[in-house]
Amino acid sequence: MPRDPLVEVRDLSVRFVNRDIDLTVVDDVSFRLDAGEVLCFLGESGSGKTVTMRALLRLLPPHARIGGSIRLAGHDVTAMSERQLEAVRGPVGAMIFQEPMTALDPVFTIGTQIAETIVAHEAVSWAQARARALELLEMVQIPSAARRLDAYPHELSGGLRQRAMIALALSCKPALLLADEPTTALDATVQIQILLLIRSLQKELGMATIFVTHDIGVACEVADRIAVMYAGRFVETGPVADIVASPAHPYTAGLLRSTVSASTRGERLASIPGGPPDLTDMPPGCAFGPRCVSHGAACDAGVPPLIPFAGGRASRCLLTKEVVHAGQGGGSVSREAHM
Amino acid sequence: MSAAAERISLAPAAVKRRRTGGFWHRAARHVMRDKVALVCAIVLLAIALSAIFAPWIAPADPYKTSMLRCLLPPLSPKYLLGTDELGRDMLTRLLYGGRVSLSMGIAPVILATIVGGALGVTAGYFGRHINMAIMRVVNVFYAFPSVLLAVAMAGVLGSGIVNSLISLTLVFIPPIARVAESVTTQVRNQDYVEAARATGASAGRIIVQHVLANVMGPIVTYASSLVSIAIIISSGLSFLGLGAAPPLADWGLMLNTLRQAIYVAPVNAVLPGVMIFAASVSFNLLSDSLRSAMDVRA
Repeated sequence: MPRDPLVEVRDLSVRFVNRDIDLTVVDDVSFRLDAGEVLCFLGESGSGKTVTMRALLRLLPPHARIGGSIRLAGHDVTAMSERQLEAVRGPVGAMIFQEPMTALDPVFTIGTQIAETIVAHEAVSWAQARARALELLEMVQIPSAARRLDAYPHELSGGLRQRAMIALALSCKPALLLADEPTTALDATVQIQILLLIRSLQKELGMATIFVTHDIGVACEVADRIAVMYAGRFVETGPVADIVASPAHPYTAGLLRSTVSASTRGERLASIPGGPPDLTDMPPGCAFGPRCVSHGAACDAGVPPLIPFAGGRASRCLLTKEVVHAGQGGGSVSREAHM
Repeated sequence: MSAAAERISLAPAAVKRRRTGGFWHRAARHVMRDKVALVCAIVLLAIALSAIFAPWIAPADPYKTSMLRCLLPPLSPKYLLGTDELGRDMLTRLLYGGRVSLSMGIAPVILATIVGGALGVTAGYFGRHINMAIMRVVNVFYAFPSVLLAVAMAGVLGSGIVNSLISLTLVFIPPIARVAESVTTQVRNQDYVEAARATGASAGRIIVQHVLANVMGPIVTYASSLVSIAIIISSGLSFLGLGAAPPLADWGLMLNTLRQAIYVAPVNAVLPGVMIFAASVSFNLLSDSLRSAMDVRA
């Protein structure tokens, strides 16, 4: 290995602890990410994808307990003080939020908010910061950017607000961009614009990007690699094209079968029976076991390990070796596909 | 002077201003459109200006007594609003009384806003033990009816303007702290605070910039609604002899001393009450209008 990867996470676990309950919401998560790569966390609500991402910047509520190690550009995030973290948040890793409505401060103009962030991190004058803010707004393709610099968030449409949010996240030239379902709150037509924008900015600036989504179409659009999450664990990781072509884990296969595409018109949409497990009452073995079509006795013996196999892929299923090339489901996945 | 050249150079700024407008500009415009609020603002301005310039515009000496001219009815020659029970000019004393009453309405509210706001924002932002410690104490004080608390405080501290200022401040700290705390708790959980943390803002900067800017509106509008109550309570303290001491001109005190004359010269006796009423109602209606004017999101 010539140099350290930008992000290296080993055995990450996140527990939410209070007086009555000790809940493990993320468990046994390990991954690495190089500069310029796009990784997508795919999973349904409550699968731990957002928590995993926020753990990278330690943006978690005070009752969260992080285990394992997180290295971001050489910084050991788990060991840093709150004050040291301030230097990491922004220049090293920045985040785009799901709701552009609430993630921008309503009482300040867009330009002020971006300039404030730049001034806080770099030794530049207010005028220089304003000029940079204008460049950023132009970079995220906000029309008549000079005028929008003095607009309050409520004067912008949802799509423009999300662009402003992206400009704010990019204001400190982060090496790692974290995007938490950045298109979920937007119209379908605006969604694709924002996705393409993030993708092109990511390429242009050479940023590593982690994308959180529950939309497999979004994942296909932006990601190099996917990590499918289920009940707080990675169940399958690998390059996006390979996973879509031949999912190794029954859960991923189920997800792909339940997507909408032109060829399934008029048919009843396939779904995975049952619901995700209660985190307070997890099954003894494979978390997906109770809903799995290929469920066997061995599955309940213990949590299966993430089994690596050809093509840089891995799957947390005991049947992994047998199903690799079965190539079921999938096919064309449309952009609007929702799971 | 080339008008065209000037227009070109000013164009971007002009466009910008018309589009967004300053915060105070917008608030002022809103109040201007609200007729009731406008009238209240004018009444208050008149009272305030006449109080400030009382020494220059008052027709007589507020302390010059004369037994011969006591309790003259309003519209008497030389005494536009008549005289009080010691023959002092009512108009003069009402103008001077505005100085005490208005300052006693505004000063304790400003002090309480600073102290209570700081307590509430601290409690709301840091939460947990700090919140518990601050809000428990605040709630104990809040449990007392405000007038009772003010009377008790003034009673303990002794009478006098400064002491009634202190007791009024203490009365208003709990409600303001409670409002500040609840607004801060809401703001703290907003995504933009989280977003500020995600861009590496320190706790101090988040409080000063994002939290204060967002809680200021609700706290100030709430505090402005307390001014009218402060005027009434301070007048009440004076009336009870716990605030301003004679011969100082204060509306509450004047109400008390003229009380005995209510059957002899009812109009004179009622005048200080009218002033208290006008000032407090104006403050109240104006603060209502400010509440909607200062809501940026509306």
